[in-house]
Amino acid sequence: MSTTRKVFRYQTRNVVRSRALIGYALFFLATTLGLVRLGGGVERVLPSLANVVLLAVPLVSLLVATIFLYDGRPFTELLLSQPVGRRSLFAGLYLGLTLPLIGAFLLGVGLPLASSGATQEVPGQAVLLLLSGTLLTAVFTAIGFVVAFTLGDAARGLGAALLLWLVLTVVYDGVVLIASHAFAAYPLERPMLVAMVLNPVDLARVLILIAVDASALLGYTGAVFQDFFGKGWGLVGAAVSLTAWIALPYAWALRRFTRMDF
Amino acid sequence: MTDARALRDLGPRPVWVRVHGVSKSYGDLAVLRDVDVCFRPGRITAVLGPNGAGKTTLLKMILGLVRPDEGTVTLGQARVNGDAAYRRDIGYMPQLPRFPDNLTGHELASMLDDLRGFEGRPDDSLVESFGIVTEMSKPFRALSGGNQQKLNAALALRYRATVLVLDEPTAGLDPVAARVLKDRVRTERDAGRTVLLTSHDLGQLQSLADDVVFLLDGVVRFEGEVSELLAATGQAELEGAIAALILEGGDERSGPARSSGCGEEVA
Repeated sequence: MSTTRKVFRYQTRNVVRSRALIGYALFFLATTLGLVRLGGGVERVLPSLANVVLLAVPLVSLLVATIFLYDGRPFTELLLSQPVGRRSLFAGLYLGLTLPLIGAFLLGVGLPLASSGATQEVPGQAVLLLLSGTLLTAVFTAIGFVVAFTLGDAARGLGAALLLWLVLTVVYDGVVLIASHAFAAYPLERPMLVAMVLNPVDLARVLILIAVDASALLGYTGAVFQDFFGKGWGLVGAAVSLTAWIALPYAWALRRFTRMDF
Repeated sequence: MTDARALRDLGPRPVWVRVHGVSKSYGDLAVLRDVDVCFRPGRITAVLGPNGAGKTTLLKMILGLVRPDEGTVTLGQARVNGDAAYRRDIGYMPQLPRFPDNLTGHELASMLDDLRGFEGRPDDSLVESFGIVTEMSKPFRALSGGNQQKLNAALALRYRATVLVLDEPTAGLDPVAARVLKDRVRTERDAGRTVLLTSHDLGQLQSLADDVVFLLDGVVRFEGEVSELLAATGQAELEGAIAALILEGGDERSGPARSSGCGEEVA
């Protein structure tokens, strides 16, 4: 068995028993069940659920990753003093955090959706919602690794993680709104497309909402994106961009991890 | 000083740890400056110095956790930061036993067994000596601070590693457990293992350590046997001797000169 698989196995065992992960799964289970029961139909519930996913998944993934890494720093040092390579260890740690988080998300959202018939009624939309949450988890866990292996101080790292989440989920929308208003006389399509590709939360939002066909909820960048690419290519473009958002922070964090002093 | 004949009796493969011309800076702060020291098999060497002297950085360099800006660190023939396989020779006890909360002692031990590719029968005698056999089945978070430290020590000594790096090994242990661990460390020394340790309990160190490496401001100020340090400073206790060295604070390295630093290894 490779080092990555060994580390992954034990890391997963530790993470799935943590109260944070169990609480995360229960939160989504309760939220999804509540929305499905009270929301008046699966199709109407998905946009609301999407908003919860877009806020909660990045926040929890970032915080869980940074807290686990800062808290587990002495153990990471102990692992690094064993005859293992840093790359394999890094991959094991990343997968051991990301896959249980994805599992908790899929359990919390997927199970109520499946039981309510959403996967039969609107299979494409439900699957894209689950896919977006999955990709966002992988993206923000990787970003959490970047934060934890770049900033040595845990308090600064957690502060940076929270600030990043705030910027990408709240401040970004405000900036886009102000920019679209201030530069209304200019062609903003391309700059807005670039802005959207630079924000994984916005990419995930577009991925979900194009599928849901809720144009009113797409926001400025989403509307531009859909208009520019059309529905099919828009979906593919958003998914590819989100995948790049996993690969780039992963590569950055790995580079830090393999070169840094502990 | 250990002579060649004594080394032949030490065990199958004594491992010298050599630190040669090592310097390390973090930004403008020079943590280690041109450090040359040798840790010999069959000896317990205490790495001492005030806070910020560079002790932890030196130990972490030997573990491969910190890379030197200049110089080399070798374990036997293996160069640190080369192939990670050299770390099979190391048993490391970190100062803080902060292990994954939800894994049991048995799972932690299995994890390290797996990562080391350890196929023999691991040495669990310390688990029994400490009386934590039943605690091994509990999640780490359910253990008391003392039992966490006992588990930490048991994991470090589990593999009969030829080089032991123990960071504040008796911190948080009750007197009985501390005595058990010190006796075990002496046994490891007598079996020919190279033991490096740090501690702020100088009274304990005086009864445990054979050699002292004293660091001040990233420079080795003394390297030699404990008795030599006491004689050189005219003190009866290690605490007084270290205080004298700190107050002296001179630029010159003291301690007996060693030909070729580590002496010759015996095949």
